[in-house]
Amino acid sequence: MKAEQISIFLENRAGRLEEVTRVLAEAGISIRALSLADTSDFGILRLIVSDHEKAKKALKEHGFTVGRNAVVAVEVSDAPGGLHAVLHLLCGNGINVEYMYAFVHQREKSAVIIFRFDRTDQAIELLQKHKIPIIPGDTLYNI
Amino acid sequence: MIFDMDIETLPREDLEALQLKRLQRLCDRVYANVAFYRKAFDEAGIKPGDIQSLKDLHLLPFTEKQDLRNHYPFGLFAVPKDNVVRIHASSGTTGKASVAGYTQRDIANWATMMARSLMAAGASRRDIIHVAYGYGLFTGGLGAHYGAERLGATTIPVSGGGTRRQAMLLRDFGATVLCCTPSYALVLYEAAQEAGIDFKDLPLRLGVFGAEPWTDGMRREIESKMGIKAIDIYGLSEVMGPGVGIECVEAQNGAHLQEDHFLFEIIDPNTKEVLPPGETGELVITTLTKEAQPLIRYRTRDITRLDYTPCKCGRTTARMFRVQGRSDDMLIIRGVNVFPSQIESILLETEGCSPYYQLVVKREGNLDTLDIKVEVDEKLFSDEIKKLQILGNKIQKTIKDFLGVTAQVKLVEPRSIERSEGKAKRILDLRNA
Repeated sequence: MKAEQISIFLENRAGRLEEVTRVLAEAGISIRALSLADTSDFGILRLIVSDHEKAKKALKEHGFTVGRNAVVAVEVSDAPGGLHAVLHLLCGNGINVEYMYAFVHQREKSAVIIFRFDRTDQAIELLQKHKIPIIPGDTLYNI
Repeated sequence: MIFDMDIETLPREDLEALQLKRLQRLCDRVYANVAFYRKAFDEAGIKPGDIQSLKDLHLLPFTEKQDLRNHYPFGLFAVPKDNVVRIHASSGTTGKASVAGYTQRDIANWATMMARSLMAAGASRRDIIHVAYGYGLFTGGLGAHYGAERLGATTIPVSGGGTRRQAMLLRDFGATVLCCTPSYALVLYEAAQEAGIDFKDLPLRLGVFGAEPWTDGMRREIESKMGIKAIDIYGLSEVMGPGVGIECVEAQNGAHLQEDHFLFEIIDPNTKEVLPPGETGELVITTLTKEAQPLIRYRTRDITRLDYTPCKCGRTTARMFRVQGRSDDMLIIRGVNVFPSQIESILLETEGCSPYYQLVVKREGNLDTLDIKVEVDEKLFSDEIKKLQILGNKIQKTIKDFLGVTAQVKLVEPRSIERSEGKAKRILDLRNA
């Protein structure tokens, strides 16, 4: 039930982000979701893409440092309290969120939250036990 | 294997007798033929005949790098110009280049010392030696080349540059030994990886690396990445070129010095007093057999120590430990002496750090600042900000603990630090820029 996310190290220099999107565009890769974390010196760009193998290869060929991480995509209802219910469950079971980002599903009336957990397997187990829908990687890449 | 069994295993007593005889002849030669030395001897109140034992060496005047520059280009030659068959020169990035001249016998002696060195490193006439040191005024290329031929090995004079092509030649010619600077070895390795060539699939088994300071951490990195043995070679163009000292493959613990051709001393760089064996200080070299441009007590500025205890390889010559820094390009940051090699050691011992780094020294107001740029490779990278910040803080703390200076660690993208085909640009001192 895990999904693959790629992460890219970026120096805070003009044009670096544009270089990433150019490489992905030229390789014919779609971006499904993204988040950019930044400090004064560098940033980390995290992406869910249509083809992570191909994206990683293309970026590496252009000299970027690229990592791959397992994340979990959770579907929550697009209504007040939707996210809270999920976080409440995780918190109560001692699972920490390293970071997360969200986007709204166009076709369904729901939001998708991408989670990076400290204990991914336990989180998946817990979510499944409580019937919280997880979007499998293969579905997510083609969303 | 030992190339010159008789000389390299000479009992110390016999070696010292040979050194004294050669030193006395050297003093006669320079006093008679080099105006600079005649004047320096006279000013010190010394006559060549006063040198009765090796212990009298300290009576002789020093030669500084500046003396070479002052007599640019040929003012220190001890033979008529017709007897000089080759000229080399250092890069001369600061001021004039320092020039070295060689007679036919100097070239032959150098080739022999280099052949001894290659054999001590584990090479033999059966090897194919890829020489990627620059050929030209720099002594690296031709020095290694003549030694490899003297050894009887198949010599490939590739010189520096054209890195991608070099990686292919390395594969196609099946070289077993690589001679270059340690930083270029890594550049070559990267280029090979990009071209789909894995060093571990090649017959390459040995690297003879020198011409710039490196650390044991970098050695381990090279050895594990490339699957070869990495041997340190020492030399400097002022006294000859590569081959002044070489690690033996048996011990890989200190470079055996060519004591039949050179005399080595360790001095305190401040007081200029000779230090007892085993102490750390500046290496001083006297060329015993050099004909074209002999030097008396040349101050190398290299900080190291010597070990006279017997080595398991059977050689009786003294061993010189890794150059810890230079008494001149030592950085003084807020009053603290910092050798770039110390910082390199810390970086390499920190989990996952790549050997690509650069020290940037600036002055903000009246305060010196030190930035350390470290390239983030895949081993080091994390998708979590805090893990990268913890790494930076850890490096910063270790440097503070060991060296007493506060440095800002800046993580940068791979390949963003300037690569050179030859020497790595490790220091950027912008204080007087």
